[in-house]
Amino acid sequence: MRLQNYWAAKGCAVLQPYDMEVGAGTFHPATTLRALGSTPWAAAYVQPSRRPTDGRYGDSPNRWQHYYQYQVIIKPSPPDLQALYLGSLEAIGIDMKMHDIRFVEDDWESPTLGAWGLGWEVWCDGMEVSQFTYFQQVGGHDCKPVSGELTYGLERLAMYVLGFDDGNEMPFNDPDAPIPLTYGDVFREAEAQYARWNFDVADTDTLLQHFKDAEAECARILAEPADDPKTGRRIVMAQPAYDQCIKASHLFNLLDARGVISVTERQAYIGRVRTLTVACADAFVQTAAGGYSPENAA
Amino acid sequence: MPDLLIELFSEEIPARMQGKAADDLKKLVTNGLVEAGLTYASAGAFSTPRRLTLSVDGLLAASPAVKEERKGPKVGAPEQAMAGFLRSTGLSEDQLEARDDKKGQVWFAVIDKPGRPAAEIVAEVLEHTIRTFPWPKSMRWGAGTLRWVRPLHSILCILSDETGAEVVDLDIDGIKSGDTTRGHRFMAPDAFSVTSFDDYAAKLKRAKVVLDASERADHIWADATNQAFAQGMEVVEDRGLLAEVAGLVEWPVVLMGKIEEQFLDLPPEVLKTSMKEHQKFFSVKNPKSGRIEQYVTVANIETSDQGATILAGNGRVLSARLADGKFFWENDLRIAKGDKMQPWIDALENVTFHNKLGSQKERIERIAALAREIAPAVGADPDLAEQAARVAKADLSSEMVYEFPELQGLMGRYYADAAGMPPEVGAACEEHYSPLGPSDDVPTAPVSVAVALADKIDTFTAFWAMNELPSGSKDPYALRRSALGLFRLLSENNHNVSIAELLHRSFDERLAVTAKMLRNVIGKEASDEKKAIVEEELLIIQATAEKRKHSLLTFLHDRLKVFLKDKGVRHDIIDACIAMEGSDDLNLLVKRAEALSDALKTDDGENLIQGFKRANNILSKEEEKDGVSYELDPDIKFAENDEEKALFKALDTAEAVIKPAMEQGDFATAMAAMAKLRGPIDAFFEATQVNSDNPIVRRNRLCLLHRIRTICGGVADLTKVEG
Repeated sequence: MRLQNYWAAKGCAVLQPYDMEVGAGTFHPATTLRALGSTPWAAAYVQPSRRPTDGRYGDSPNRWQHYYQYQVIIKPSPPDLQALYLGSLEAIGIDMKMHDIRFVEDDWESPTLGAWGLGWEVWCDGMEVSQFTYFQQVGGHDCKPVSGELTYGLERLAMYVLGFDDGNEMPFNDPDAPIPLTYGDVFREAEAQYARWNFDVADTDTLLQHFKDAEAECARILAEPADDPKTGRRIVMAQPAYDQCIKASHLFNLLDARGVISVTERQAYIGRVRTLTVACADAFVQTAAGGYSPENAA
Repeated sequence: MPDLLIELFSEEIPARMQGKAADDLKKLVTNGLVEAGLTYASAGAFSTPRRLTLSVDGLLAASPAVKEERKGPKVGAPEQAMAGFLRSTGLSEDQLEARDDKKGQVWFAVIDKPGRPAAEIVAEVLEHTIRTFPWPKSMRWGAGTLRWVRPLHSILCILSDETGAEVVDLDIDGIKSGDTTRGHRFMAPDAFSVTSFDDYAAKLKRAKVVLDASERADHIWADATNQAFAQGMEVVEDRGLLAEVAGLVEWPVVLMGKIEEQFLDLPPEVLKTSMKEHQKFFSVKNPKSGRIEQYVTVANIETSDQGATILAGNGRVLSARLADGKFFWENDLRIAKGDKMQPWIDALENVTFHNKLGSQKERIERIAALAREIAPAVGADPDLAEQAARVAKADLSSEMVYEFPELQGLMGRYYADAAGMPPEVGAACEEHYSPLGPSDDVPTAPVSVAVALADKIDTFTAFWAMNELPSGSKDPYALRRSALGLFRLLSENNHNVSIAELLHRSFDERLAVTAKMLRNVIGKEASDEKKAIVEEELLIIQATAEKRKHSLLTFLHDRLKVFLKDKGVRHDIIDACIAMEGSDDLNLLVKRAEALSDALKTDDGENLIQGFKRANNILSKEEEKDGVSYELDPDIKFAENDEEKALFKALDTAEAVIKPAMEQGDFATAMAAMAKLRGPIDAFFEATQVNSDNPIVRRNRLCLLHRIRTICGGVADLTKVEG
């Protein structure tokens, strides 16, 4: 909440989580697509994220298959982005005079998004609390201008600020409330259920079929002409296509957790998802939000 | 003479890049200055996580004026040629001089290049340096196009002398140069201006920044060892880590903490690796218990609680990490003790070693068979060698090695020991990857050597079988390094092994697998015609294998030349030894080449080559002329002079020494005896005409020369030696 207020005060549009299963906050179209093209952009949002292979049946103190990321994206990256970021840590109660904050080299790459950037992982007293990235390429396109992306792992950050070693023990509401609830009370049961489903029960044939369907639908959407015959307007459907791409990516993660993807196949699947992302990125730069205008198209 | 100070202030530069970047800055700027005529007295470069700094002392205030002469077209040359020359020189025709040249009068342009002020040159050179800086990875930021390792914030660039400092004006994509910088990010973030390098370094220190990386490293090391000493402990030295940590802080604050009791029984290497890789901590050992019990972390800030909060936070992170480590260790031990690592070996079936080479498990089968074969030659028990080869790579499936790949082998030893296997097996798990580099120790335990050799030979044949060879700078599987390891394993342990035989076996094993596969594919029911086709195909494969085997042996010999060249042995000497029979015994080959090299370094040895070649040339010529080979024993009774008789005796003496010495592989003695022939041979040629008129004497002398050839040729093929 304090992060929301802080970044809203710094001029970011505070968005809602994207309503699909994603592996990380970066997949939100507000980051992936909006990082493309020249139109300025500034947004902040929480994104529930799913990484099926990280499931530990709710037993791990700091690993869950469903977790929360806080994501900030600003294009072009402002010159004082580091200072802004440090301000956000102060806003959530980390005193810069008492803690050891460090920017440690960590370059980011997402093969499925066809994206990479340079930056750091940010350490607070030796613990990684955020990822800080200057996007150089997304969906195979050079980022011009460059977006600055900040990602906070909310569970870890909360554990740190609240001083808990086990994330499941963190209070989720007011500990003095009539019904006090911890993080574990809220999520542990679901974690166990998903872990079982992700690892052992999910039907791989169905998942695979869904993957193929998403792939086909994505291609079909993008094959449509830009001009809509019904309204007569130019409507490039980059985002609906990108939804299919998100779907395919999550299905791939599920298949991976089921252990049915061999090492060599893995590369091939990642390549297939990347092909979709690149196609969506190509489409997005043909939209107004992606910087398209009839003049510069001509 | 002014001094120059440059500081490029940016967001955090990766630690691993800082040192080279400082050197590059110095090189590029000073080279640029000198090229433009600005010489200097001395220069020094520094780096911190946020800045690269260059200080140049005693710079010329301006570049000297120079006169440049350029030759133009002939007098009376076509209009066009003149116009072009005038344009390129920027002069008019009346400013040119006509001078006499070999072919008549020619126009010359004399261009006065006035000296340029230092500031102008510095600005140019620095801008060019920044725009073309060789970062291993660089990036753009914001809406700009400039590339730097991370966003560049400010440029400090001043020229200073006794009269004061002057900013060198520079504007690179909106970043204007100035005379200000900033101190520590948290402890002294305000900007301040500086007037010289001394002023800069002093003010930085007050602003909690130690400019010099080696000073930071020294401080860290001194403080860490002091704190440890005070508690009767020792810091485990790690220079790489020290350099890295010095590149992560501008103001090092050393803090020492305790590892929780429950983790102290983890293998020390696990503690060390986990702390180093994840947390950049130094390990602190208790010399009494021999255990790693504490750690040193280096913070970048002084706090009012003397780092208590920071240390507590770091301790929490460490405990979480070590809890993972402990979890892996205990799980692994269960499998090692309970199932003797078998599940791991089975799991290797699903691990691809290389997509054309099948699974790790298949590879292990081959290595085990080969290790068994090699064992007797290196004094190892074949059963143990086979057993060791089977489990040597099992730890690759363990959780610990998955987490820390650099612990491969070492964990294998812990787990083999835990499984109650013989100590030789555990040792082989750990040592069979060695030697990895030229400074790495070579294993000496026979079982370890057998497995290490088998592992390397299987790798060679595997890549040669599919014809994926190292070429140029490309050697993704480090086969050249493996070759070096192979030589060291053999020569440092003094093992005589016929490599050709092992390669033969290793290739045969592969062929057998291929043959079986092909025959299975076609099936027993296939027609005779089809079966014949398969058999024919197999013959072709076999022939190819023969070629590859030969190519592999050549590769090994070539690498051996590189290996021996580093030891000061000339390539022609190695060729002379490779040409001898049994040169696939690499240990023998190394010894022979070294002995020959030593012998040839002596005066006798060097001159013997001349004598030998003379003898050999005469003999070859006469043999060709006569169409016969003078192989018969010469007889001393036909010797006409003392020198000739002396040579007979010398050859007898030499042969009596060389033969047994060679049989024992004592090349040094053999070569020394051979070198002693120099005197008698030289004297013989001095006093004797080989082609005597008396055909009996002539034939006898040619047979004598043949004896020289045979005796010397038994030591090495001296015809290949240059000189």
